[in-house]
Amino acid sequence: MPAKAAFYDVDGTLVKTNVVHVYAYYAMNRGSLLGIAGRTLATAASAPLFAAMDAVNRKKFNEFFYRYYAGLSEDRLISIAEDMFEDVLKPALYEQTRDLIDQARRAGCRIVLVTGALDFSMRPLVRHLGADDLIANKMQFVGGKATGKVIPPIIEGANKANAIRSYCVREGLALDQCHGYSDSSSDYAMLAVVGRPTAVNPDMRLRSIARAYNWPILDLK
Amino acid sequence: MRPLKTLQKLYDEESQVVITEKGSPPRALFSGENFLLEDLPVGTRVIFPRPPLAGVPNVKAAIRWAINHPEGMEPLHALLRPGMRLTCVIDDISVPLPPMATPDVRQSILEVVLELCADSGVDDIHLIIANALHRRMTEGEMRRMVGQKIFDAYYPDRYYNHDAEDPDGITELERSPCGSHVVAVNRRVAESDLTVYVNVNFVPMNGGHKSMGTGLANYASLRAHHNPQTIRGSDSYMEPKKSELYRRNERIGKAIDKHLKVFHIESVLNNRMFGPATDFLHKREEDYTEGDRLKFHAMRYALSKVPRAAARTILNSVPAPYDVTGVFAGATEPTHQKILEKSWQQYVVPVQGQSDIVIFPIPFISPYSVNSILNPLLVQVMGLGYFFNLNRGVPLVKKGGVIILTHPAFDEFDPVQHPSYIEFFNRVLPETRDAVEIEKKYEREFAENPSYVHLYRKGNAYHGVHPLYMWYWGENGRQHAGKVIVAGAENNHVPALLGWDRTDTLTEAIEEARGFMGRSASISLLRIAPTVMVDVK
Repeated sequence: MPAKAAFYDVDGTLVKTNVVHVYAYYAMNRGSLLGIAGRTLATAASAPLFAAMDAVNRKKFNEFFYRYYAGLSEDRLISIAEDMFEDVLKPALYEQTRDLIDQARRAGCRIVLVTGALDFSMRPLVRHLGADDLIANKMQFVGGKATGKVIPPIIEGANKANAIRSYCVREGLALDQCHGYSDSSSDYAMLAVVGRPTAVNPDMRLRSIARAYNWPILDLK
Repeated sequence: MRPLKTLQKLYDEESQVVITEKGSPPRALFSGENFLLEDLPVGTRVIFPRPPLAGVPNVKAAIRWAINHPEGMEPLHALLRPGMRLTCVIDDISVPLPPMATPDVRQSILEVVLELCADSGVDDIHLIIANALHRRMTEGEMRRMVGQKIFDAYYPDRYYNHDAEDPDGITELERSPCGSHVVAVNRRVAESDLTVYVNVNFVPMNGGHKSMGTGLANYASLRAHHNPQTIRGSDSYMEPKKSELYRRNERIGKAIDKHLKVFHIESVLNNRMFGPATDFLHKREEDYTEGDRLKFHAMRYALSKVPRAAARTILNSVPAPYDVTGVFAGATEPTHQKILEKSWQQYVVPVQGQSDIVIFPIPFISPYSVNSILNPLLVQVMGLGYFFNLNRGVPLVKKGGVIILTHPAFDEFDPVQHPSYIEFFNRVLPETRDAVEIEKKYEREFAENPSYVHLYRKGNAYHGVHPLYMWYWGENGRQHAGKVIVAGAENNHVPALLGWDRTDTLTEAIEEARGFMGRSASISLLRIAPTVMVDVK
């Protein structure tokens, strides 16, 4: 049997959070105490705007938000990531996430997380789930400080599909035997590129796509 | 005056067999969620179900008598010890069909057993549904099956569905060095001091060694007999002596009996499928009263006017008033033997010789579509799997003959209960219908698909491999029949994918079948449901 992988989107698929939560956490955890309060208020106030932007154009949203990281040191980002995992991601994991991943592993799949979040913010989750690999955005660092820019191509939409295809070619996996899991219609390309797509807690549009293509629909709790 | 030969032909030595003549009434035939009313050609042999046997007058008394006078074992009360670990295993919703009116016989048995356990100081009790790779029963279905009182006391921590994919929930009792022969059961059962199997027998293939060997197993264990080779080796699923399926189950069952202490309580039902409103369906059309005819036409009209989903809901919501005709308990084999005798007594109708053409009316329900849709693969398994095998080793249809099914063969699937069926139907069947090739190429993939495993474990879906089993199940009929025609199919592609011909009406189907088998071809109709089996002499 050829080698295969299961590719999982993270936000909304494996964890209840949206990518906005992660950004908000970072925004709140930098600088002075007064600054934290100010930024917390500002982040809370603009959260609906971010959510709307995210819904309209994930790519623009990512580019816009990554600027918040400018000037932070790599060490600092990594240590915030550890806290963020404990405070935000771990409690938000669906109870059934681990079962789903264990089942894929038993079926002989390599476990790969595919996310538009930044790689350092996802490392603790990768370790926690025992995933084999991570496909995520990478922040540009100059002299150990984040520039606020992401090394292209930004992992989202069709680029997720490209990244998965390249990963399969590089690792010698049979793309048509691979599984894909996502909750969002923005990941349609990622789901369409693998042979075994599955919609997980899908939004309305993805649910209708999944029904039309007879993809399985999972409702993780 | 009619010559003696004609008279013999008309009665065929058995009142359940009627030969159609010029003045015979049209036949009421199931066709999915509705009925056909068809005039059949003169000379067609119509085989009717036997009238329901009388039930035992007091079910609880029969249960108590059975567990106090078991076959080949000590009485149940003598096996109970205070502080022991006991598990009651219960047949799932796939039997009987339709589900029986409450109280379900399983509830009655459990009420007796649990009361006895309480009196004996046994309180570490779990109730497990032996659903194997079938879908998990819903909370409502579980409540209905055992009654509110037991449900409240045990659900959800001590009353639950078996999970064949729980890596910590299965214990392997035996494994051959190459891994092809695995005997695995539910861990809780393996670790219990005593298992009480609560069975309800609907057809002779239920019960016996199949109960534990199949109901509580996992995929690795089921592969030993759920495969095309075993099916091809079985002359009938319903006759243990002619069934390779039974023999393989027996091997596994004997291994289980070697390792575990199992007290079987088997019950058998009569075939009273229809309540007072529709009990005319038990009758021969010759015996319909004006009232029966009126009720039939009203029902047929009403079902034709409502959307199919609504008709399905209506039909699924009518339980069957089965009577319990016997309860036996004790060791696996002697208990099951008693049940088999009762079962034959109810179902078997002797008939003279096979037919060139056989008509099977397909109803709205199957063991795998309770509260769901009879999708095309399930239509296939009803016709070529179950109905074809309703005999004791000699099929009703001749080798190379024609099987006619009456069903709309709609392209509808339930994504909640049958998600992997959809992929199988749309992806595998267009490539091949060869069961051996399907097993080789696709079985593992479907069985291990993590999404299907998840839907089986956490949702109410049949296991990913189940549609393949459904395809294997039809293997006997497929290998035996020269042609299959589905009469009344509303589209072309479903019959085409299944490898069948289609016609708009039953008359056209019979014409086509006669074209295939010759103008003098003999025709039989198995007027099912209620359940009927034939003993072809």
